[in-house]
Amino acid sequence: MSRPFTPKVITANALLQGDVIYLSESGTWVRDLHEAALIFDAVRAEALLAEAQKDGMVVGAYLTDAAEGKHGPEPTHFREEFRRTGPSNYPHGKQETGARANV
Amino acid sequence: MYKYNDFDESFVRNRVAQFSAQVARRIDGSLSEEEFRPLRLMNGLYLQLHAYMLRVAIPYGTLNPDQMDQLAHIAEKYDRGYGHFTTRQNIQYNWPKLPDVPAILSDLADVEMHAIQTSGNTIRNVTADHFAGAAADEVADPRPVAELIRQWSTDHPEFQFLPRKFKVAVTGATADRAVVRAHDIGLVLKRQDGVLGAEIIVGGGLGRTPMVGKTLKEFVPFDDLLPYLEATVSVWNLLGRRDNKYKARIKITVHEHGIDDIRARVEDRFAAIKPSFGGIDMEMLREIEGHFLPPIFADKPVDAYTRAYEADPVFRAWADTNLAAHKAEGYAIVTVSLKKPGQTPGDATAEQMRALAQIARDYAHDELRISHEQNVILPHVHKSNLPALHAALKAFDLASANVGLVSDIIACPGMDYCALATARSIPVAQGIATRFEELKLEHDIGALKIKISGCINACGHHHVGHIGILGLDRAGVENYQITLGGDGTEDMVIGDRTGPGFAYDEIVPAIERILLCYLDLRDGPEETFLAAYRRLGLAPFKAALYPAKEEKANAA
Repeated sequence: MSRPFTPKVITANALLQGDVIYLSESGTWVRDLHEAALIFDAVRAEALLAEAQKDGMVVGAYLTDAAEGKHGPEPTHFREEFRRTGPSNYPHGKQETGARANV
Repeated sequence: MYKYNDFDESFVRNRVAQFSAQVARRIDGSLSEEEFRPLRLMNGLYLQLHAYMLRVAIPYGTLNPDQMDQLAHIAEKYDRGYGHFTTRQNIQYNWPKLPDVPAILSDLADVEMHAIQTSGNTIRNVTADHFAGAAADEVADPRPVAELIRQWSTDHPEFQFLPRKFKVAVTGATADRAVVRAHDIGLVLKRQDGVLGAEIIVGGGLGRTPMVGKTLKEFVPFDDLLPYLEATVSVWNLLGRRDNKYKARIKITVHEHGIDDIRARVEDRFAAIKPSFGGIDMEMLREIEGHFLPPIFADKPVDAYTRAYEADPVFRAWADTNLAAHKAEGYAIVTVSLKKPGQTPGDATAEQMRALAQIARDYAHDELRISHEQNVILPHVHKSNLPALHAALKAFDLASANVGLVSDIIACPGMDYCALATARSIPVAQGIATRFEELKLEHDIGALKIKISGCINACGHHHVGHIGILGLDRAGVENYQITLGGDGTEDMVIGDRTGPGFAYDEIVPAIERILLCYLDLRDGPEETFLAAYRRLGLAPFKAALYPAKEEKANAA
C-alpha cells in the first residue's frame, strides 16, 4: 500500500536570478511560500509538476511537503525553511527582500 | 608567477565567448536546462539553494595583487560584496545572476583567471602547498609541476568525461600541508641521486568512503612524470565504474583491483604512451619554471621586528601564531586569518581583498596564496616589514592571532548555501569559535584542527580534523556526528567516530566537553590534543561526551 499523500507545494529556482520560487494557484511563479498553491491531491500534484518542468524560465521544479499555516503554506523540513528564508550567516536572500514580487 | 602565453589567452577568451553564446541560447530557450547544465558545470557555474554559485579556480592557490583586486571588483559589481575561499583553493561567489556570468568570466580573463574545470567529471583545479616557494622545509617548488598539470589537464580530450571528478594535489616539502594523501593523485616532490621527481600517491579521498592514498610509485623522475600521470588517469578512465557514482572515484578502483594490479596496468600504459610525449613536456616544464623564480630577497636588519615583538604584546601574540619559517634569512611566511571568531570561515569582503592586494604590493613581493585551510598567505615578508604589515591588517579586521588554534576552523558552506548539504556548518563554526573566545581558552588549548562538513561529501575534510564534525539530516532534524584523532598531514589518519550524533544546539557544548576533558588529562601544555588523543584513545573523550549513558551503563 502506498503512503497517504501529504500536502505539497511546487518549488524551483528562477532561471535568471537563480532564487527560490513557488507555483501559485493562478499558475504564476511567486517568491513567497505563503503565496504558493498548497496541493492536497496526488494526481493534481503530478500534473502540475509535469507542467512546471516544461517551463523554460525555471530550473529544477520539484514537489515538497508543506503544511497549512495561518498565512499560507509553511515548510515542514528545515531545508525548505532555509530556502524560503536565506542563509543564517548574513541577512541575504529572501529574509532581506521580503520576497513579494512576482517573476 | 605564471604569465599566460598567446595560447592560454586565446583559449580562455574563446571559452568565454563560447559560454556567453551558450548562456544566450539558454535564456532565449534554444537550449533546455538538461542541455545547458553540463555546459555551465564545465564553466564552474552551479545552481545552489538560494542562487547560482560561480566557482573560480585559483590554480595552486597563487594570486597576484591585480588578480585579488579583480576578485574584489567582481564581488562588488556582480555579487554581494564578498567572496568565499574554499578548501580547494578556489573562490566561490554565492549570488551571481545568470545573465551576468559571461561578463564575470570576461573580467576574470582580463587578469588571467577562469572557472574552467572547477566542476564536472574532469581533472579539477590542481592544488598545492600554500607555502610553496617559501617554506624552509621545501625540496622543490611544487607550482611549476602544478602549472604543467593544469595545462595538460585543461580540455584534455581523453579526460573530459571521466567516471567522476579527479583531484590532484602537489607538495614539495617534507611536511604535507596540501593533504596529498586525500586526493585522487597526490604528488610529493623528491630529489633522488640529484634528480628531481615525485612520489605518486593514488586513491586517497574523503567523502562517503574515506581512504588514505597508497603509494603507486616511490619515485618517478620529472622526465617521466606527465606520461606517468596520463597513464594513471587513463587506466582509471577505462576501469573506473560508471554504473554507480558512489563507486566511481579512483579510490574505489584501487580498492577493488588492488594497488599492485593498478600499478601493473599503469606501467603497461606508461610504456605505450611515453614515446608519444617526445620531451615536449620537459621543454614546457623548463619554460614554466622560469615563471616561478623566487623574488630577490632583501638582506637587511630585522631590528624593527625585534623591537615590536618585545614592546607590543598584541603583535607578539599574532607573530607567535601566524608566522611560519621561511627559507630566506630575515623573512617570514605570514598567514592572514579569515577566521575572526564569529566570522564565516574563508569569507573576505571586497574591501579586505583590496587591502590584502595592497599589503602584498607594499610588503610581500606582490604574492598572495589561498590555503586549503581557507586563509590567505603572504609567502614572502621581510621581518622588518611585519610591524607595519600587522598594523595594516588590523585596520581591516584581518589581524586575528589564531592560526592553527581552536577558532581556525575549516567549514564548508553547508546548508546555508549548498544544494547537496544535509545540515549547516557555518553557524557551528561560528558558535565554537565564539564560545572559546568567551572562555579565553584558545591559547591554553593550543594546536588544534577542527574541520566541519555539512554532508557526507566531506568538503570540510572532517575525517582528517583532530576534531571532525559531520552534519546530517536525521529524521528531518540537523544532527552532528563527531570524529576524533583525524590527521591530514604526511601521517594521515581517518578520525574515529565517537558514537551517536548531537543536535544543532548540543554540538558546541559537546565540543567544549571534549576540550575540557583534554585540558584535564593532558600531560602538560606541550602535549597537543592530537598527541593526547593518541595516548589516551577514545574512551575518556567518549565518557565526557556521553556522561548520562556512561552512568546508566555503570548503574546496570
